[in-house]
Amino acid sequence: MSSQTASATQAPGMTRARTGRMIVYGIVGLIGLALLFAPFLFPEVRSQEVAARICVFIVLVASYDLLLGYTGIVSFAHTMFFGLGTYGTAIALKTMGRGFDAILLGGAAGVAAALVLAVLIGLLSLRVKAIFFAMITLAAASVMLVLASQLSDFTGGEDGMTYQIPRFFSPANKLLTDADGKVVRVFDVALDGKIALYYFVFLSSLALFLVMARIVASPLGTVLEAVRENELRAEAIGYRVVVYRTAIFCIAAVIAALAGIVRAVWLKYTGPEVALSFAIMIDILLMVVIGGMGTLIGAIIGVVIMSLAQFYLKDLMQVAADATSSIPLLPELLDPDRWLLWLGVLFILLVYFFPAGIAGTLLGKGGAK
Amino acid sequence: MDSLNSLAGRLGGVYLLPVVMAVLAFVLIGNPSTWVTLTVAGLAMGMMIFLMASGLSLVFGLMDVLNFGHSAFVSFGAFIAASVLAALGSWLTGSSAALNIIALIMAICAATAFGAAAGWFFERVIVRPVYRDHLRQILITMGALIVAEQLLLAIWGGAPVSVARPAVLEGSFVFGTIAIEIYRVFAFLLGLLVYVALYLVLNRTRIGLLIRAGVENREMVEALGFRIDRLFIGVFMAGSALAAMGGAMWAGYQGLITPALGGEMLIIVFIVVIIGGLGSIEGSLLGAIMVGLVANYVAFLMPKLALASNMLLMMAVLLWRPYGLKPAVKG
Repeated sequence: MSSQTASATQAPGMTRARTGRMIVYGIVGLIGLALLFAPFLFPEVRSQEVAARICVFIVLVASYDLLLGYTGIVSFAHTMFFGLGTYGTAIALKTMGRGFDAILLGGAAGVAAALVLAVLIGLLSLRVKAIFFAMITLAAASVMLVLASQLSDFTGGEDGMTYQIPRFFSPANKLLTDADGKVVRVFDVALDGKIALYYFVFLSSLALFLVMARIVASPLGTVLEAVRENELRAEAIGYRVVVYRTAIFCIAAVIAALAGIVRAVWLKYTGPEVALSFAIMIDILLMVVIGGMGTLIGAIIGVVIMSLAQFYLKDLMQVAADATSSIPLLPELLDPDRWLLWLGVLFILLVYFFPAGIAGTLLGKGGAK
Repeated sequence: MDSLNSLAGRLGGVYLLPVVMAVLAFVLIGNPSTWVTLTVAGLAMGMMIFLMASGLSLVFGLMDVLNFGHSAFVSFGAFIAASVLAALGSWLTGSSAALNIIALIMAICAATAFGAAAGWFFERVIVRPVYRDHLRQILITMGALIVAEQLLLAIWGGAPVSVARPAVLEGSFVFGTIAIEIYRVFAFLLGLLVYVALYLVLNRTRIGLLIRAGVENREMVEALGFRIDRLFIGVFMAGSALAAMGGAMWAGYQGLITPALGGEMLIIVFIVVIIGGLGSIEGSLLGAIMVGLVANYVAFLMPKLALASNMLLMMAVLLWRPYGLKPAVKG
């Protein structure tokens, strides 16, 4: 808002906002390029895993930002919808065998289930206060987690389940063959099904992200921001707040379920730990707030920072723990398993001092107040 | 007069819900001794949950602050009580009833004192800067919950901790075919004592009057010259202390506690507060008793449904009364 109202007298602020915007778009562009060429830049299996996880989480976190940042809805049920997509796909692939029809059918079932649940929860409880809604979604999500681990005949219980994905995505599938019938290599990377799988993940995530960017820029997005800023006034102008809230809650749920399908296909494994656990919900929350609520683009920055922190903060902490091993208690606090402790402290400080997050602060745009 | 009567009838009706439940369960179960055991277990569980939930509900009612970190007090209370009991192991196993009781009281006191101190710190550092900002409140208290759980893991490790029970509270009273565990009776009596104390403080003292007035209309009380924020820190500390006390009792009830305890209780406490209605002690008690009874009855009648039973109860209550059974604050 400040960039539009800034006059000539506010030139320094304007230049700062412009520099900030350039930095943000520069970083996001770099991340985008890195993800686009990830199979060629980082060919190791582990890096591929990280890149694919980042892709899916960008979609997941951005869809959560639609709720938290754009509309001011605090939901703890986002992993529930993600999990519905994941489990739907996984169960179909397990029972129907490897095939695109299984992905389509299972994914559609998962998305439909997510949509129905979102409509129910939304209509039932979006009328009440934000705090009530947060509690209700937390309870619903915990029931779903319990169900997934209890109905073990169906979901594989605590252990989850492994399954096979379509042959097209297997490393044995040759996308391009040269004259000898061998697979073509570009920059020493074989063009096989593995690449196809990565680009399936990347392009699906990109498409979903662009859809969300379109939603945010549409009149619907503006109404949502109005609801966030002043619910009463939005209602008074004639917008049915409950309808809009329910609508965005359903949209976010569907997108989360779609992200779940992509995740299920990439991982070839589904279990409570990767699809439904509360730890993922906390990850999403941290990523949105670190990146910047209400910016969408902040999701990209938040996800990348958190994902890198999960790997490198642990290494750093191991060094610190070894260095302080003679002092009581400190090594336990610096143990690599306690990385979430320090991230939690960072999170609290961030909410105090930079509530707009990294992207929000740089863009000079206040996210949710 | 008619409207007054119907109002009284309706309020009585809400309080009769647990009784209706118990009668219904009696018909379904059919076996008196099983029914008594389940009912006593449900009441004891309900009282312990009430200890944990009452503080959360009051804090919300008085200051419009929802503390997602509330369950951290519960789990710290449980672990501190377990540590104290472990340290006093020889007192517990001894045959002297007095030493048994002293050890238990010390454990509960340690947990409660810690709860009060932690509550003070929490209110000052975590909650104070974000009054009147629900979104950041939820985020910050959530962050605090993460940090508290990690601290718990750092101090006590991830392995389950077994809790020693005082010898005098082991075993059960036996009447014919009916056996009642002593610990459950103790938990029920302690919960009842706390409820009566809270009720008297809220309804018979000047401070209680101010708290109730603050829940009803905070601005008006402030305009009359009372410092609600000072009152609030007291309520917050008391609520945290009660949560820690509930955690300590829960530790003894379960016998084996893990750091995941806080997260599990958080959900149950939320359900209780939602069912009972925010901001009222009576509502919390009602909700807690109902949750305790339903959990035990359903676990016996339909074990498959046990885990979802609380959730279903909440759904049913919300459809009937969107603001809970007995809310002190509406809206």
